[in-house]
Amino acid sequence: MIYSAKVMDHFMNPRNVGELADANGIGEVGNPKCGDIMKIYLKIDHDIITDVKFKTFGCGAAVATSSMATELIKGKSVKEALQMTNKAVIEALDGLPPVKIHCSVLAEEAVQAAISDYLVKKGENPADYGIKAPHCGGSCSCCDHCGE
Amino acid sequence: MFVYADNAATTKIDPEVVQAMMPAFGELYGNPSTIYSKGREAKEAVEKAREQVAKAINCRPSEIYFTSCGTESDNWAIRGIATRYAAKKGKHIITTNIEHHAVFECLKALEKEGFEVTYLPVDEEGFVTPEQVKAALRPDTVLITIMTANNEIGSIQPIEEIAAVAKSHGVLIHTDAVQAVGHIPVDVQKMGVDLLSLSGHKFHAPKGVGALYVRRGVLPDNLMNGGGQERNRRPGTENIAGIIGLGAAIEKATANLEQDMKHVAFLRDRLIDGILKTIPKCKINTPSHDRLPGTVNVSVKHIEGESMLLLLDMNGICATSGSACASGDLDPSHVLLAIGLPHEIAHGSVRFSFCADNTVEEIDYILDVFPKIAQRLREMSPLWDEANQDEN
Repeated sequence: MIYSAKVMDHFMNPRNVGELADANGIGEVGNPKCGDIMKIYLKIDHDIITDVKFKTFGCGAAVATSSMATELIKGKSVKEALQMTNKAVIEALDGLPPVKIHCSVLAEEAVQAAISDYLVKKGENPADYGIKAPHCGGSCSCCDHCGE
Repeated sequence: MFVYADNAATTKIDPEVVQAMMPAFGELYGNPSTIYSKGREAKEAVEKAREQVAKAINCRPSEIYFTSCGTESDNWAIRGIATRYAAKKGKHIITTNIEHHAVFECLKALEKEGFEVTYLPVDEEGFVTPEQVKAALRPDTVLITIMTANNEIGSIQPIEEIAAVAKSHGVLIHTDAVQAVGHIPVDVQKMGVDLLSLSGHKFHAPKGVGALYVRRGVLPDNLMNGGGQERNRRPGTENIAGIIGLGAAIEKATANLEQDMKHVAFLRDRLIDGILKTIPKCKINTPSHDRLPGTVNVSVKHIEGESMLLLLDMNGICATSGSACASGDLDPSHVLLAIGLPHEIAHGSVRFSFCADNTVEEIDYILDVFPKIAQRLREMSPLWDEANQDEN
């Protein structure tokens, strides 16, 4: 399995690692049993993501996709951030090995979960924004987290 | 610094072995099956290697058959015995739940063909007992196949005692000794096994050559159909270079065995002690006794194996992991799950494996780099935060 130079760069020098004490949207997805967990902290001001941090337990691709996802949504509006797909993360990283695609799905879902948390706190319904309940991407046979 | 610490995966070819093989890439090109002198030279080289292997594991040269690798040896032994003796004995096979894929997948295929397999569970250190084997025996048991030493954690099974159980019940026993030969004493008479697999590249011979020991009078069906090579048991023109390399490497490995074992075990113990002192919340998955001299398997809790391997590699250290992410499988190592590790701790495993070429300086370098890597990944891990919060 070979990672692109971009993936290795975002793994070796991850952007936006850490926590945000004043985060108003926090999302965590994944499962230790499957080997990856992503936690994303958002600071949203007037619907603009002014700051973002992450913490990830997982492989090189899990760290790199978290890092890239935070870069892609930083400074964006909530609606724009919700448009960010796992494919956009993959493209921005110059591709991922097939077995690592689920890491990009996890990154997309971590962003959605954090925004969902923000919306709920604001008294809005995430479903109105098209946010579905997060799951692992359905590519793991190791857990029944998805309930499917 | 570059540190090759993945000798259980494969080893570097010994330069003396390369030297011994060189004629086979030059004038020693005859076909051993021919009668003229060019062919006889090649035949002599093959027979010399057969003697070297036989001497190393204490059997007759006529009981050694050259194959292409450990996987072929395992498949030949298991399938060959199963099909040959099924009609006479039955279709039940006993094994463990920590075997190599070469054994597992062969057994899975046989299950589809109507064989029944008992997978004995190992204890939390990775051992099965002769009593477990005895209790699993049935009148229709045709074969017991249990590895000598485990490739991931290094546990060494009580093969001698298990073989005694097999013998007293008239059941044939095969052992996959791919991780053992060249690393610990392997004596087929003392062990009492009927078939034993070995692979050259695990002890500084090239890839592409292995052997199967088959006790005289034991007759596994052939895997392949073809010519009369290897006394009609294993067709195909001989891999002369590889066979010469296998012979030279096994002779060298066994000649220096005692001294090498001491050195390698010293490195192993230094690494284990150092890891336990410098990295909090680790679990050593290698057993505390009856283990290979060169294997260290450790789980660093709250981080994942592949990310550790990538950072080790960035620092010039080659190691491997039982994490699902490192292998491309969906589940972590079956061996680590078999010794009772939860998935998340199995995902955080790293295996270092050493040979006589490794040095104390290399161990100290790993001990300098590895704790920093663990710390760096833990600072990035949400699980590490949670674990520390739970304690506070």
